[in-house]
Amino acid sequence: MAGKPKLHYFNGRGKMESVRWLLAAAGVEFEEELLETREQYEKLLQDGALMFQQVPMVEIDGMKLVQTRAILNYIAATHNLYGRDLKERALIDMYVEGTTDLMQLIMMFPFLSDEDKEKQCALIVQKATNRYFPAYEKVLRDHGQEYLVGNQFSWADVHLFEAILMVEEKKYDVLSEFPQLQMLKARISNMPRIKKFLEPGSQRKPIPDDKYVETVRRVLQMYYNVKASV
Amino acid sequence: MSGKPKLHYVNGRGRMESIRWLLAAAGVEFEEQFIETKEDLEKLLSDGLLLFQQVPMVEIDGMKMVQTRAILSYIAAKYNLYGKDLKERALIDMYVEGTTDLMGIIMYLPFQPPEAKEKNLALITDKATTRYFPVYEKVLKDQGQDYLVGNHFTWADVHLLEAILMVEEYKSDILSKFPLLQAFKGRISNIPTIKKFLQPGSQRKPPPDEKYIAQVKQIFNI
Repeated sequence: MAGKPKLHYFNGRGKMESVRWLLAAAGVEFEEELLETREQYEKLLQDGALMFQQVPMVEIDGMKLVQTRAILNYIAATHNLYGRDLKERALIDMYVEGTTDLMQLIMMFPFLSDEDKEKQCALIVQKATNRYFPAYEKVLRDHGQEYLVGNQFSWADVHLFEAILMVEEKKYDVLSEFPQLQMLKARISNMPRIKKFLEPGSQRKPIPDDKYVETVRRVLQMYYNVKASV
Repeated sequence: MSGKPKLHYVNGRGRMESIRWLLAAAGVEFEEQFIETKEDLEKLLSDGLLLFQQVPMVEIDGMKMVQTRAILSYIAAKYNLYGKDLKERALIDMYVEGTTDLMGIIMYLPFQPPEAKEKNLALITDKATTRYFPVYEKVLKDQGQDYLVGNHFTWADVHLLEAILMVEEYKSDILSKFPLLQAFKGRISNIPTIKKFLQPGSQRKPPPDEKYIAQVKQIFNI
């Protein structure tokens, strides 16, 4: 009964990774119950712990929160990472929705067929460099501040940082035309809590591998093929 | 320069419909500029009005907001439909994410190949009756109150009503096993702002038809 948030998910990134990042950025210690077997999942279902029968689920402040955005919104708001007023919150929401869309393309990647993987990789890089990164580059250039919103560190910065690292795993020099983003990345990397999360041994999860895919498929009985994005 | 929010979208439901519902529920008058051709979309793009090159876009309070969830959250918070504290907000967020997932399946249905339609219809019915509606039925049952959260009208109630009506368009008796949702539907439909929005002549959009689908495909190169 630690009082620490408890995360229920597979031992991998998926939809829970953004939650891990945000908790780490907020300096919040958390526990994890890693789903490895179908039986564990069925137990959660039987116990009525999963509102819509899905994970992620996070036990926090007496609630069993599900739905990634609901979880992230709550953590951001309770740890002063959601801006000072409604307008800042609106900007943070817009920016986070953009990085969510980008990371969603990457998230489905391990579940694609080999031939779709190649197409998807090209799509990810194309969207990152033509749609998403230019938007954030412009935001930073236009206001000349160190963070995306309100001249203070917020959820939007953490989420963008996570997205940048993810795209770099596909194309390491993807930020070559984005000097503002390079500087943001360096700044965020050096923040003590982020630095700690980036070190080996943290609860950050590695790039999904075949074992992760197999576990997810087996636990969720998700044996259909995920189609690549349009 | 009316000060009213201005919605930029095609003349149909899609992702903008939940925004229309929420503004209507809040009693907020709004204007709409419909994208009818590729050129209309290209003008919005070249004017730099679409942060991620996408619609919906809503001009509101001096901002050009994009991303449906961001827009909805802003409207809900501004018009006191987002609960009174963080815990209520968390519940509203959870419930709305559920109805978003359900309506998300329905939104893609008209764009699926004809062969997939039967399967998808079965999927919607199945998800509605085994995953989503039982949750909201239970919430209402456990609390014995008129609304989903905090004993007052919120975004979660509007969104659920919208979802119920959408599913009923596919299967009219979908609520047959959910008596509390039936009562809920009746109650929320009778709220004056909602009642007004449900009447012919309101800015509520009809279910997508062939013409709408063709237009969307043409404008967005799908």
